[in-house]
Amino acid sequence: MSDRLVVNKTYKQFIGGAFERSESGRSYPVAGAGGELLANAVQGSRKDVRDAVAAARSAQAGWAGRTAYNRGQILYRVAEVMESRRDEFSAEVARAGDGCSYEAAAQETAAAIDRWVWYAGWADKFSTVLGGANPVAGPYFNLSVPEPVGVVGMVAPDEPPLLPLVSRLAPVIVSGNTAVVLASERCPLVAITLAETLALSDVPSGVVNILTGHRNELVPPLAGHVAVDSLDLTGCDAELAADAARQAAATITRVVSASAAERQWADESAQSPYLIDAFCETKTVWHPKGR
Amino acid sequence: MTDRLSTGGEVAPTGDFSLEYAPAPESTAPVRLASQYGLFLGGEMVESASGRLAPTINPATGEALAEVSVADAADVDRAVAAARAAWEGGWRDLPGAERAKYLYRVARLLQERAREFAVLETMDGGKPIRESRDLDIPLAAAHFFYYAGWADKLDYAFSGRRAAPLGVAAQVIPWNFPLLMAAWKLAPALACGNAVVLKPAPTTPLTALLLAEVLRDAELPPGVVNIVTGDDAAGAALVAHPGVDKVAFTGSTEVGRAIGAEVAGTGKRLTLELGGKAANIVFDDAALDQVTEGIVNGIYFNGGQVCCAGSRLLVQETVADTVVGKLQRRMDTLRVGDPLDNNTDIGAINSQAQLDRISELVASGVAEGAELYTPQCVLPERGFFHPPALFTNVSTAHRIAQEEIFGPVLSVLTFRTAEEAVAKANNTPYGLSAGIWTEKGSRILWMADRMQAGVVWANTFNRFDPASPFGGYRESGYGREGGRAGLLPYVELVA
Repeated sequence: MSDRLVVNKTYKQFIGGAFERSESGRSYPVAGAGGELLANAVQGSRKDVRDAVAAARSAQAGWAGRTAYNRGQILYRVAEVMESRRDEFSAEVARAGDGCSYEAAAQETAAAIDRWVWYAGWADKFSTVLGGANPVAGPYFNLSVPEPVGVVGMVAPDEPPLLPLVSRLAPVIVSGNTAVVLASERCPLVAITLAETLALSDVPSGVVNILTGHRNELVPPLAGHVAVDSLDLTGCDAELAADAARQAAATITRVVSASAAERQWADESAQSPYLIDAFCETKTVWHPKGR
Repeated sequence: MTDRLSTGGEVAPTGDFSLEYAPAPESTAPVRLASQYGLFLGGEMVESASGRLAPTINPATGEALAEVSVADAADVDRAVAAARAAWEGGWRDLPGAERAKYLYRVARLLQERAREFAVLETMDGGKPIRESRDLDIPLAAAHFFYYAGWADKLDYAFSGRRAAPLGVAAQVIPWNFPLLMAAWKLAPALACGNAVVLKPAPTTPLTALLLAEVLRDAELPPGVVNIVTGDDAAGAALVAHPGVDKVAFTGSTEVGRAIGAEVAGTGKRLTLELGGKAANIVFDDAALDQVTEGIVNGIYFNGGQVCCAGSRLLVQETVADTVVGKLQRRMDTLRVGDPLDNNTDIGAINSQAQLDRISELVASGVAEGAELYTPQCVLPERGFFHPPALFTNVSTAHRIAQEEIFGPVLSVLTFRTAEEAVAKANNTPYGLSAGIWTEKGSRILWMADRMQAGVVWANTFNRFDPASPFGGYRESGYGREGGRAGLLPYVELVA
């Protein structure tokens, strides 16, 4: 061993492809299982929410405009880069929240990587499975295709810190949505490490934006934002979810939350093409047939 | 030549000015050829039982690139046994998510070595480097990537049923898109959990053998894919082998018929992707400059050695002269020659035998009274080359309107009404593809409904994508490759 002092990482929010502190200048301490300080996380503000939504909005058309093949390759690239930093993720998961063994953390990390791979493969297939030709009673071509809803506001569950976040995020962005994610309030650090991975994986800036802070403060501006098209409130308790849903109603924003089966994070029931569909619109095209 | 420009004096009058391109040859440095190649059996390159070798020829020079093993029945037997052992020894029971990871690795390794594969494909097969670089190799990688994603999603491809693998698939592929056809065959078969014995075409074995390296680097379990090179006898032995559960063939209708007869009564599953004589149908309202490019791409892409080539142009009478005139002017600018040159549009014909067949059919067209147009172009002194050719005054009874030429030869026919276009388009035993050119969307869809063809391109031609099914009606075969439909030939659906 040497006496060398470790260089600690500063965990910042991820907005529009950049790592930034809050415009509010605030932070909050994140503690490990023994109460020790792991790091200070950014305590994001309403304005940070607005900046993140703006970044997501402006990135959305470009991301949806990529070919499905390209989006699939980029999601697969996320898995590749996560795999190369597997030890780092595992160590971070192990000391987050109540803590767990390194082996359990490594399993969670591996499952998160595999989930990216699984959804990467859906990029150029979900339209085939969820869409299709409709045999209408007349001389018309009629085709339905799923299209991304737009900007999705997401609230990640507190624990476990990594797998639920990936399980909810991957099906949202694979179709061409962009996301504003509130990381786990209690275990936000690994979400920022995930953001670093995304930044290195050819995911375009603004496609995923990750905020840290207090849910009670950040969910209302996210839920009420007119540029947010859909909400995943999986990480909200019942009361906060109900409040958010009431706000979302004003802008006809659809609200989604993980089902009990989907909350079995390590199981296959937590992944589904219908979860991709939950954040899509169905567009139907009619065209006459005739000489 | 460029004398006129270099003197800096007179400006060339319009129409009397031709652009000459300096040679832009692609380097062959990325390719490391061995002098001899064995068979890929059980994860190892091994000698054939007989030790027989045959040269594989660079069709642009006529010179041998390497000697490749000629498998016989004993080798085929070993290959099928290796595939069976790998399948029963674990491949069939591997979770889909793990099969997916192998296929993703193959896709990535192909992407990484794309340049090497492209140059080798062009050296061994004669197609322009621009095509192997921009189409064959990237599409092959994309195909592996696409089917990797299905490997762990088969439950969603066939809702209500479980998809079980068939066992050992025998796959016999042609020489016109060697690596791409290997990918079309291997990717869905492996995604569905089958083991494979692949038989490349005799004239183009080298990229399949290079793919064996990739499969090994991907750590694919030994025996899951076996590659036997050889002549038609090796293919026949493979198809007839009792240890094979599924046969997939791409090639001529004549051989497809023989394979169908061979497989009959054995219980083996069979899919066939055979010949074609596609109609490219041009209506008078079409955007004629785009049409010209589309027709040229349709017939001269890969020198017309494409089963879905748009080899019959059906053009509405009122615009026939205009279209033919535009075509002839465009043909004058096509560059025929060294396939490794980045400026080349039409490379070498794959073999002397194929060149002879093309020449024979072109001679029959002239003899039967059709009018031949070929641009004045200087063909290389060695190697197998054919200039782009266009026939007018073609009747539907002419051999050049009925038989698949598989070369850069276009037959032009005319029509007056949409009904007549439909009748003429469908007037062949084939049914692989069709092209429709019109600005009227409703007419595209009306025509598409009436085409006896597995793929219909509208205002485009020769588009391929892993997500899009490909395959023919009638004597162009049965079964589909690509898309969700491409999984079905490789699974048994059980409750």
